[in-house]
Amino acid sequence: MSDDIRTLTSRLAEEPASLAFLELGEALRRRGQLDSAYKVARGGLGRYPNLAEAHDLMARIFGDQGDLAAAFDAWVEALRLDPMRTSALKGIAFLYYRAGNVAEAREHLQRAVEIDPDDPSIPQALARMQTSPRAPESAQPHVGSQPLTAVTSQSSPAEPSGGDGDRGQLLVDGNGLRLSGSLVGPNNEDVGDRVAAELAGVSREAARTAKLLGLGAWQAIAVESPEGNLYLVPPTENTVLLTMRDPALPMARLGLIAERGAREARAWLGGEA
Amino acid sequence: MSAANTALERVTQVPGVRGSLLISVTDGLVVAERLMDGIDGRAIAALAGSLVQRLGRAAAGAGLKIPTFVHLRGNAGSVLAAPMANDLVLVALVGLDANLGLARLEMLDAVGHLN
Repeated sequence: MSDDIRTLTSRLAEEPASLAFLELGEALRRRGQLDSAYKVARGGLGRYPNLAEAHDLMARIFGDQGDLAAAFDAWVEALRLDPMRTSALKGIAFLYYRAGNVAEAREHLQRAVEIDPDDPSIPQALARMQTSPRAPESAQPHVGSQPLTAVTSQSSPAEPSGGDGDRGQLLVDGNGLRLSGSLVGPNNEDVGDRVAAELAGVSREAARTAKLLGLGAWQAIAVESPEGNLYLVPPTENTVLLTMRDPALPMARLGLIAERGAREARAWLGGEA
Repeated sequence: MSAANTALERVTQVPGVRGSLLISVTDGLVVAERLMDGIDGRAIAALAGSLVQRLGRAAAGAGLKIPTFVHLRGNAGSVLAAPMANDLVLVALVGLDANLGLARLEMLDAVGHLN
C-alpha cells in the first residue's frame, strides 16, 4: 500500500463522515485497484447522495471497469446535481464519442469549454473529433489507455487541479434548504447545508436593500475573502445560486461562471416544476 | 480633517460614486458620511450593515474568514462595502457608470489606512 493511500485510509477511518473518500477512491482508481475504489466510493455516496463529486468519482470507476452505461448514468446524475460540472460534461461527451454520436459529444464539450475556457483538454478533445470523427475501436475506457482520465481530468475538491479553483456551487431556496449542488469547505468537508441555512432570506434582504437604496432589482452579490470568493445570483425570485471559488480566480470571471449557472438552474427549476 | 473623512473624500472622488460612509455594523449607526443630497445615510447604514452581517455568517459557514469586500449589484447601481476592524464598515453607493475597479481599490486602501 502506498503512503498516500495509507494516509487517506487512516484519515477516513478516523473521520468516516469526512470527504476523504473522494481522494482515496480516486487514488485507488488511478492505481487500478478498482474493486477497492468502488467500495470506498459506494460508501461515500451512501453518506453523501447529493454530492456531485461522489457521482463523478463513481462514473470514472465505472468507466475504468468498462461499465459505460453505469458511467453515463453516474455522470448524468453528477450533472443534475451540479450543472456546471465540466468533468461530467467531458465524460458524457467521451461516451457519446465512443458511441459514434459526434454531434452530442461536440455539444457537451462546447458547454464545457464555455464554463471553463482555460481547460486545455477540452479544445484538444474537440480538435481530435474534427480530425477523427469516429472513436478508434481500441479506445477502451480503462486505466491502461487512460482515455477517461485524460478526458475527465477534473478539479475534485480533494484533488484540486488549480484550473479554476472549483469549491462548488449551491442552489438554495428561500427557506435555507439546499435544492441542488454542493459546497466544499477548507477541510474538504461538505458545508452546503450549513451555508444554505445562512442564506435563508438573503434574496429578500438583497431585494429590499437594492430597492430602498434606489439600485433597482438586485442582480448579484460578490463576496471576497482571503480564503475564497463567493458569488450569489438569483436564478428565480425565491432562490439563490451560490458559487464558490479560490480567490485566485478573478471575480469578474467568477461572475460569468455564476451567470451561466443561473441559466442552467432556471432551466432545471423549470423542468422540476 | 479626520482620517475617516479623508478616506471618505478619496472614495467619493471616484467617478460614479454618489457617496460613501463609515458605519457601525451591529448598531447600524453612521460614524461619518459624505453623501450627495437626497441620500439617506441612516438607511444605507441599516440595510448595508444587516446584509454584510448576513453574508459574513454565510462566509463563516463556508469556512471563510470575515469578508474583505462585498458588492451588491442592482440594475440601477451598486452598494460596495469593505468591512474593517472594530465592527466598522466602509460603504459606498455607486451608479451604473462608476469605475467599480477604482472604487474597490480606493476603499480597500482606505480600510488599510483606517485599521
